[in-house]
Amino acid sequence: MSTLEAENPFLSDAKPDRQAAHGIDKIDVEAVNRKDGRELYAGRKKIYAKRARGVFRNIKWLVMVATTAVYYLLPWLRWDRGPGLPDQAVLMDIGQGRILFFNLAIWPQELYLVTGFLVLSALALFLFTAIAGRVWCGYLCWQTVWTDLMIAVERFWQGDRNARILLDKQPWTASKIWKKSMTHASWLVIAAATGGAFILYFRDAPTLAQEFVTGQAPLPSYLFFALLTGFTYLLGGIAREQVCIYMCPWPRIQGAMFDADSLLVTYRDFRGEPRGPHRKSQGWEGRGDCIDCNACVAVCPMGIDIRDGAQLECIQCALCIDACNEIMTKINRPQNLIAYDTFRSLESEKKGGGLKMRILRPRTLLYSGLILFVGAIVGYALLSKTVLELNVIAERNPLYVQLSDGSIRNAYSVKILNKQYQEHTFALSIEGIEGARLTILGDETSERPLVKVVPDDLREIKAYVTVPKDALAKIPGDKAHLDFIATDVADGNRTTRASNFRKPAQ
Amino acid sequence: MAGHKEIDEATGVETTGHVWDGDLRELNKPLPKWWLYTFYVCIVWAIGYWVLYPTWPTANGYTKGMLGYSQRATVTEEVKAGKAAQSGLRDRLQKTALADVRKNPELLQFAVAGGKAAFADNCAPCHGRGAQGGNGYPNLNDDDWIWGGQVDAIQQTIQHGIRWQGAADTRESAMPRFGLDEILEPAQIGDVADYVLSLSGGKADAAAVERGKATYAEQCSACHGEDGKGNAELGAPNLTDAIWLYGSDRATVMESIRTGRGGAMPAWAGRLDPVTIKSLAVYVHSLGGGK
Repeated sequence: MSTLEAENPFLSDAKPDRQAAHGIDKIDVEAVNRKDGRELYAGRKKIYAKRARGVFRNIKWLVMVATTAVYYLLPWLRWDRGPGLPDQAVLMDIGQGRILFFNLAIWPQELYLVTGFLVLSALALFLFTAIAGRVWCGYLCWQTVWTDLMIAVERFWQGDRNARILLDKQPWTASKIWKKSMTHASWLVIAAATGGAFILYFRDAPTLAQEFVTGQAPLPSYLFFALLTGFTYLLGGIAREQVCIYMCPWPRIQGAMFDADSLLVTYRDFRGEPRGPHRKSQGWEGRGDCIDCNACVAVCPMGIDIRDGAQLECIQCALCIDACNEIMTKINRPQNLIAYDTFRSLESEKKGGGLKMRILRPRTLLYSGLILFVGAIVGYALLSKTVLELNVIAERNPLYVQLSDGSIRNAYSVKILNKQYQEHTFALSIEGIEGARLTILGDETSERPLVKVVPDDLREIKAYVTVPKDALAKIPGDKAHLDFIATDVADGNRTTRASNFRKPAQ
Repeated sequence: MAGHKEIDEATGVETTGHVWDGDLRELNKPLPKWWLYTFYVCIVWAIGYWVLYPTWPTANGYTKGMLGYSQRATVTEEVKAGKAAQSGLRDRLQKTALADVRKNPELLQFAVAGGKAAFADNCAPCHGRGAQGGNGYPNLNDDDWIWGGQVDAIQQTIQHGIRWQGAADTRESAMPRFGLDEILEPAQIGDVADYVLSLSGGKADAAAVERGKATYAEQCSACHGEDGKGNAELGAPNLTDAIWLYGSDRATVMESIRTGRGGAMPAWAGRLDPVTIKSLAVYVHSLGGGK
């Protein structure tokens, strides 16, 4: 074996009559979505994705480490909020109905903030897709990350592509049983860790972990653990590319988000064609750079042939770029026969022109504008998020009550929402109508009735405003503006809420 | 499948062989087999569902299913559980003296909430959804009470009703039918009406008021008081305030004197349990006019 052969990762596929170029063998692999020979119901063709080496593979390793690390470790991050309060940095507190995210506490009625973040995420996704295609699918999607992880584990136990093909063809020996069962066991461990981490987001992590192993955890914890574990194993380990091709709606949507200026993983056919095996004695004139070695097909986790052009199945993970560049280096041809390129650029290059890509175009400007707009709204909502809410609902049935001394009384439901972690006492008062008197149910005597609201809670008070007969005469029409004011007794902070006082028309 | 291997020119993909309108062909986009099997599993699942749950209509009903599930039974259980969850507070409400309920915010809230629901079911048809009353049916939001606005007086009224036949302790009083029984002449009734209206600052003819005053002192003051402020013990309304059960125009006041009115309210003891009546009393008292 020559040194070249020893280094060549594709050589093990070698068949004497299927040499792509000197020292590089054509890999015996077929795209799963080839255009001919289709059945009406497609049996699944197992994809033995080969390991790629290169820039994009390294980026994918980094993204995998970063995303899984955040997912598995985030629930364990502590964040001090004060005594007696949850100290988990990120917690969806189902029991209390709160989403805690570091210093932010989101109440159910503030769920629009979450909506805002989701809208922003969606818009960012649109923008990235318009600029660089399916970066989400190729690098960041959990299906991609976990599948990549499962394939890495599979490779660890069973070897790379050829070893796995051989193993599958082998009879069930002890060695095969060991390798297969260790693969599935490892997948299950990863799946269990994934399901386990998921439930930690919904309850104090150390407590739940302890409850979980001692059998004390609430039933939904076990159910969701089982659900997430099962589906991680099934979708990441077993189903893999089937999820992207048949289950996910996003590839269909993304098709509408590319345009001629989007960077997509592209086979530069003008440079590659006509393809064919290359003899050592041959020159490169009159033929393409593609030696039809199928290295790009062999590394593809989706099992497709990028040389067929843009396809629904392509998640644009760019592993074929790495595989092809490795080959191009070996045969001393220029890099990037497969590369991130735009349709417009491709047209220009065909005619001998240079790379063409417009990042600033109506589509990207629109998405950026929307991101700024929604971002400003969410930012404003975050900054103006109050720790106290005062709501006043005027009783409408009846609108007003005639009292025996000729005065008129209105009833109100006053709701004070204390979103702080301490008990607060508020003095309730009104402004806006001369001579009007405020009483609350349970305290009919105080000038400024005091209302105590326990931490993190809502208190509803029935309030009455009475306007005496002589003051009524000064109010024209059938209503007057009225402000309710809750003054925090501790620090004097005032919160005002406008309402109306109604009376019979004069 | 005839023509199964036909290739579409534009895409190079095989067609299913189906042709519509002479030239419309369908590309063969094969359904994965596992998806097909998922459909079969769903069919099996559906059969299991038929066996376990109520599914098929029959001539006289429907198949009950092995689990014996029924939505009605579920609701019944939920109602029972809800009642059980309330029982602690209901017990406390029962044991707490009526006047003390207000002093406990938790009990007050519970009683008001329960009273509000019971009010909507039982009282709203006459008194209105918001207890705003109507012609002949008192507004319970105001501070004018014919039979007393203290919480125990309200409870007493709810329990035994007003002029309710057959209820032993019902609120009983009858204003004479001054016109119908010819106790007073129509002219006298008009004079008394003028006098009564003048008590609350209404406009009336001075001479008529003077005539009516004498008749009032003779016929009405025993119950309504010399000053016209009424008497809750007797259910005699205050005639000096701004609130009128039947209306404050002269004709309506005359009609009241002529017929004696005498509206009735059912006695609720026996129809509603004591805790509900207690809640109702607290709720009505809480509407704003309670004394």
